[in-house]
Amino acid sequence: MNAWTVLDRFLRTDPRDVGCAEAMELLHVYAELAATDASAAQRHPGIAAHLAACGPCGEDFDGLLAAIRSPAQ
Amino acid sequence: MAPADPVDGISPPPRLDPDSGQWIRVLSGTGSQREAGLARLHELLLRIARAELQRRSGQFRITGPELDDLAYQAAADALLAIDLKLGQFRGESRFTTWAYKFVIFEVSAKIGRHFWAHPAVPMDAEDWDRLPGRFGPDPARETERRELADAVRRAVDIQLTPRQRKVFVAIVLNGVPLDALVAELGSTRNAIYKTMFDARRKLRADLAANGYLDDQTSRHS
Repeated sequence: MNAWTVLDRFLRTDPRDVGCAEAMELLHVYAELAATDASAAQRHPGIAAHLAACGPCGEDFDGLLAAIRSPAQ
Repeated sequence: MAPADPVDGISPPPRLDPDSGQWIRVLSGTGSQREAGLARLHELLLRIARAELQRRSGQFRITGPELDDLAYQAAADALLAIDLKLGQFRGESRFTTWAYKFVIFEVSAKIGRHFWAHPAVPMDAEDWDRLPGRFGPDPARETERRELADAVRRAVDIQLTPRQRKVFVAIVLNGVPLDALVAELGSTRNAIYKTMFDARRKLRADLAANGYLDDQTSRHS
């Protein structure tokens, strides 16, 4: 993959993207759904689009998913 | 946590699962039961903070006691936020999932602030020769790398507002993490992301109009 292709992917925006505020507000709901139900992205496409594009929110999602899947749960 | 009777007559909202209801009852109460609940919650938050810092250890250079200090700070700040916002918990998830979200956010914010202890480059440096390398180890010829850097720089100069340019340069050119930029500018993650979102859209439209990228604009992945 050349730099132009990577640049193109980086610059593409998804109109469904809900932004950080809404994704962060509902992250606990989405993460719990994702941990138990494969349809999380279908039920919340705007959050899924955001998590795919926003590194920090995607990182928080991964961390929350790891937390709720941790052995003490 | 084992079920218990409501404390001080405070009953949880009806939709809560038993464990979440118990957390709300205990934390909404008073006295030693509430103190014990807060201590138990802090213990859980600290465990999550440590695990999250460990999971993200490749993103920063903090080790030993400083790392554990960060975990303690994140857990303490999350506990404070949770206590203040307890009335906002609506039972849409388990209480612990809602609570863990706060400590994950605190860890992110603290990692972002820590970036400025040892920044690799100044936030507003503009070395456009670095741009092609930001999009992967491209073995392209020097002329192609130059073409990419020149095209993006021209689009940035023409299309972006001063604020969008500042954010683009910091994040893309200088590799400043978004949360670090949030801390430095005293902004919010949502505001910086929105600024970058608009900048990305404008730059892509410009590069497509000038034949550098195809003009398909609605690809969903």
